[in-house]
Formats: sequence, C-alpha cells, structure tokens
Amino acid sequence: MKVRLRNPDREVDMRGGRLLQEVLVELAVDPDTVLVIRDGELITRGTSLDEADALEIRPVISGGSTP
Amino acid sequence: MRCHRCKASAVIEVRRNNAAFCEGCFLTVFRKQVARTIDKWEMIGGGDRVLVAVSGGKDSLALWDALLDLGHDTSGLYLGLGIGTYSDRSYAAAEGFARSRGATLETVDLAGEHGFDIPTAGRRGPRSTCAVCGLSKRYIFNRAAVDGGYDVLATGHNLDDEAATLLGNTLRWDTEFIARQSPVLPARGGMVKKVKPLHRLSELETAAFAFLRGIDYVVEECPLVAGNTQLRYKDAMNAIEARSPGVKARFFLGYLDRGAPLFRSEDRAEVGACARCGQPTTGTYCAFCRAKAQIAGERLGPAGDRQVAEELADEVLPAELYEIALAEAE
Repeated sequence: MKVRLRNPDREVDMRGGRLLQEVLVELAVDPDTVLVIRDGELITRGTSLDEADALEIRPVISGGSTP
Repeated sequence: MRCHRCKASAVIEVRRNNAAFCEGCFLTVFRKQVARTIDKWEMIGGGDRVLVAVSGGKDSLALWDALLDLGHDTSGLYLGLGIGTYSDRSYAAAEGFARSRGATLETVDLAGEHGFDIPTAGRRGPRSTCAVCGLSKRYIFNRAAVDGGYDVLATGHNLDDEAATLLGNTLRWDTEFIARQSPVLPARGGMVKKVKPLHRLSELETAAFAFLRGIDYVVEECPLVAGNTQLRYKDAMNAIEARSPGVKARFFLGYLDRGAPLFRSEDRAEVGACARCGQPTTGTYCAFCRAKAQIAGERLGPAGDRQVAEELADEVLPAELYEIALAEAE
C-alpha cells in the first residue's frame, strides 16, 4: 500500500489489510492532526484498508502568523 | 464509523464531541456553527461590508466560503509577503478561489508598497520572521479595511490557534494580551472591528471543510516557520488532547465563559496615533513603522528605539540581541 505523507512530502510502502487506526499508530501520527484521503475521499480511523490502496496523509496544523 | 445525524458512512470524526459526520451533515453542521457564532457575538450586522483576510490556506478560504454561503457581503484581501514560490502558490490559491466564487480579491504587495519582504525582514531585523509577518498583517489588513470603508475585518483563526495563543499568554502571564483575546474586538481609535467566526472549530474541521468543498488551498507549510513558538504550543496542546479529547476546547471556551471577565480590567492600553504614519498605536510609533525603520537601517529617535528594545524583550529573543538593541537605544 502506497502512503504519501505531506510536509515534508515523502512516500512510504506499508502493509494493507488492516484498519487505518493501526497504520496511524505505526506512523506515530495523531489522527486529530491529519486528513486521510483515499481515492479523493476522506476516511476515518475505523476504515479497512486494502493492499492496493493509495493514501495521502495531510497534516492540518499550520503555524506562524495567521490568517 | 457512522454519521451521528443520518447514520450514513462518516468522513470525519470529531472526538472532542464524541461525534462523527458524513459529508453532507458535516458541511451543514460547520456552516450552522459559523452562523451561530456570528449571531451570538454580534460579529456582523445587517448590511455590514466584511473584509476577509485571506492567506490561501485552509482556514481563511474555508471562512470566506462559509461567509459567502451565509449571504454576507464580503471581499478578500491577500497580502503578498514575498516568500518565493510559497507566496506564488498562496496567491494562486486565493485568486483561484475568488474567481471560482465570483468574489472580489484585493491585493497588497508588501515589497511594492513598503519596501521590504518577509525574508528580508528576517535577515535584517532582530525580530523573528513570524513576528514581522504577524505585525505586518495586522497593520496592513486594518489599514486596508479602514481605507476601504469596511465595517468588519474577519480572520480565519480557529480553535487550535486561539488555544495555543492563550496557552502562550498564560505561560508568560501576559495579562494585557490575555484581556484582549476575544472573538470580537470592537472598533476603536482607528482600528476596525475584528472578528474570528471560526474560533469554536478545530483545525481538523476547517481543513476537512475546505477539502470537502473542493477548495484548492495551500497544503505546504510556510518555509520560514521552523521553530515557531505557536507551533510548539500547538504540539503541547495536541499531546494533551490526544489523551483527553476536549481539553483544548474546555481551555479556550472556558476562558471566554469564565476567565475573560476576571482579566477585563487588565486591558488598559490607551490608543493614540503613530507619530510617523498616523495609524493606531499604544506607543509613540506603531510596531509596523518601528519594524520598517529597523529593516531599512533607519533610526526613529530615542523614544522609538527604546520602544523597540522593550518589545524585543517581550519576544524572548536571545539575551545578546536584547543587549545589543538596548545599547543601540541608549
């Protein structure tokens, strides 16, 4: 399963056939701090993943001076 | 995971509320939250012209989108900071959104109008790039809103931004800043009314809203943000939130309900006019003119230089920089 991580951009291969929650734990990513996108749609922690899936994990935290 | 409202498949989980939503219900709930916040705090009156401070990021574009859908009379203002390709992409996102919604986007170019960009400010002045960026935005957005005859300036500050700011102000016991932290700052002495309609919504929610609305916002982080204090406070709050969902909202919204009245008397700042540009300030010169003079290598005179030195101490700069600034002020 291809996983694209953003900020900084990189791609990693991970094992599918499990829940998104387990993938996030393995990556040490807090689910409240990212959007996870599969086939152009948002998915939640309880979603089952296939080996053929391609995910984007997009951080939502922005810093510096807003807006 | 199922939507709390309609039991369809959920696309977002809001753990602090022990809730999850499908796309349609989430967009509805988000807009209702923004509308309720605007009503509760009397942020925007009937007929008000609203200027939305737009960076090209998820928060400001989500805010503008929601305000347009709620029927408010809005224009956007984009400030070109001169941060290379990051600024190019940010402008393209803001401009693309405005075009897609048939909305008006005004632009100000920092270098073109004021002679410096943010990377130059970081190299030449003793302030951090984020500090100069923040004070430039506050100055230029306010000035544009006043000059343009707008009634309200709306910014995309979200719950995470506000909680991190409150944490920072509290760790320093900066009581005057704590007293002024509010979702609404009324107009006074040359300052336009400022509102933060997203202050009850988390960064996750604003990002999800922007994504689900198909807004092509800038995902990349500003390349100059490394080591930013606000990010450290956000990391700290997120670490607590991960174990205690809802703590961030209780901290900030609890402050608004029960803490803010206790600090009200600390907001003692008297606003006058900057001796150089005439814009509102609590000192002799406004922060923007002081920064601009420093970047240009100009002296503002003893009063301005002393003010800069004191301000730098507040920014918790390395001691040697503060000493240099103080020595220069003598």
